[in-house]
Amino acid sequence: MSAHAEAAILVDDLRVTRGGQPVLHGVSVAVPAGEVAGLLGPSGCGKSTLMRSIMGVQIVASGRVLVLGEPAGSAALRRRVGYVTQAPSVYLDLTVAENLRFFARVLDCPAGRIDEVIATVGLGDVESRIVGALSGGQRSRVSLATALLAEPEVLILDEPTVGLDPVLRKELWSTFHELARGGTTLLISSHVMDEAAECTSLVLMRDGDVLAQTTPDRLRADTGQQDLSAAFLAIIERSGR
Amino acid sequence: MSPRVTGAIAQRVLLQIRHDPRTIALILVVPTVLLVLIKYVFAGNDAIFTSIGPPLCGLFPFVIMFLLTSIAMLRERTTGTLERLMTLPMAKLDLLAGYGVAFGALAAVQAIVVCVTAFVFLGLDAAHGAWLVGLLAIGNAILGMALGLFASAFATTEFQAVQFMPAFILPQLFLCGIFIAREDMADVLYWLSFALPLTYAYDALARATSVAPLDWRFAIDVVVIVGATAAALALGAATLRRRTD
Repeated sequence: MSAHAEAAILVDDLRVTRGGQPVLHGVSVAVPAGEVAGLLGPSGCGKSTLMRSIMGVQIVASGRVLVLGEPAGSAALRRRVGYVTQAPSVYLDLTVAENLRFFARVLDCPAGRIDEVIATVGLGDVESRIVGALSGGQRSRVSLATALLAEPEVLILDEPTVGLDPVLRKELWSTFHELARGGTTLLISSHVMDEAAECTSLVLMRDGDVLAQTTPDRLRADTGQQDLSAAFLAIIERSGR
Repeated sequence: MSPRVTGAIAQRVLLQIRHDPRTIALILVVPTVLLVLIKYVFAGNDAIFTSIGPPLCGLFPFVIMFLLTSIAMLRERTTGTLERLMTLPMAKLDLLAGYGVAFGALAAVQAIVVCVTAFVFLGLDAAHGAWLVGLLAIGNAILGMALGLFASAFATTEFQAVQFMPAFILPQLFLCGIFIAREDMADVLYWLSFALPLTYAYDALARATSVAPLDWRFAIDVVVIVGATAAALALGAATLRRRTD
C-alpha cells in the first residue's frame, strides 16, 4: 500500500498539453475516500482535462495520477470507477432501458440494478422512450444512471447538474451524499459556485492551476466572505493571477 | 475477450438498426433492385448480365457493410460512447468481434435476399452452387466491415466518411476485373490490382460461378480474403485508443 492509500484520488504535479498549448501546469489534488468533492472553476480552466486524466483517457505530459492506489486507467479500475462525461455518452437511437441493459450486460450487473438506477435518477416514466427524444437534462441523467450501474467506488461526474430543474438538482445532490455515506468517493465538476455549498470539500481551479483545495466552511473563514462566489473571487485576487 | 461482452455489443448494434426500419428496408431492397436494373440495362446483350450478375451478388454486401460500419464507428467515436466503452472492462477485440457478428448477420440476410432474386427469379446460374456465392458474399461483407472500421479512424465527419466509399472502394471495383479482364489493363494497374483485396473477392466469386473446377487458385482467394480481413481488424484495433489528446 502506498503512503497515500487513504486518498481515493491522488494527482501529483500533473502536466497536460493539448494542441501545443499547456492546459494543466503541474496540478496536485488529493481526494480522501467518502468525500463529495467539488471541482469548481470557470469554463475552459481545465476541469474536464483533469477528470479525463483521472479516468486515464487523457494523454498526459508528466505527473502521477493514482485512483484507489492504482495508476489511472489501469484495467483493474475499469469496474471500480464510474465516469460521466459532460456531453451524455449514451446511444441516442436506443431507449433508456435498452441503453442500461447494454451497459449492465457489459459490466455483468444483475438485472435488478437497472430498475434501481432508473429510480435513482428519476427516469421511471420515460424508460421505454428513445434517448434522442428526451430533453438534455434527461439525457444526462441516462448517462449518470449508466455510471451508477456497477456501484463504483469512485464516481467522476463532469457537470452532471447543468440545465437541471432546481428540484431535481437538489434530489441529485442528496443522492450524491447518500452514495458518499455508503463509502463512494465523488468528484463533481461545476462552473456554478452555488453548487460548491453542496460539497464536503472543494478544489478551486483557474487557467490550468489549482488555486486552493479547501472546504466550504474553511473557504468562508479564510476569506471572510459568506457568499462562495465572492470567496472564490477573493482567492483569485489573492493568488495575483 | 469475453463472449458476454462480444454478445452485448452485437445485440446492441442490431438493436440500433432495428430502431431504424428504413435502413433495414434499404439493406434488403437496394441490391435486389440494382441487380434487376442491370439485367434490363444489358437487355440487348444477355451474356454480359449472365457473367457479371452472379459475382455482383457477392460484392454488394461488401460495399454496403463498408459504408454502414464506417459511419457506425464514426458515430461511436464522435458521440463519446467509444471513450466510455474504453473506460469499461472490455477488450478492443470484443468491440470488433461484436461489430463483426452484428454486421455479418445483416450481411447474411442481405446475401440470402439477393441470391434468391438472382438465382431463382432472374435465371442466373452459379456452377458451384448459389450457396457458395452466398457464403462468399458473407465473407466479403465481413471484409468490407473490417475495412470500414479501419477507415472510420481517418474521418472526423460523416461527410468525409461517406466519401471513403468512392475513395477506397470504387478504384478496387474498377481494378478487380469485373468490368474488364485485368490482363487488358495498363501494366501498372494490372500489377496494382494484385495488392487490392477486392481483386481476390471478385476472383473467388468468378470461379464459384464458372464451370471450371475449383482449384488452388480459389483456395488462394479465400486465404487472401481471410488474411485481409484479419489485417484490417488488427489495423482497426490499433486505431482504438484508450488514451487520446
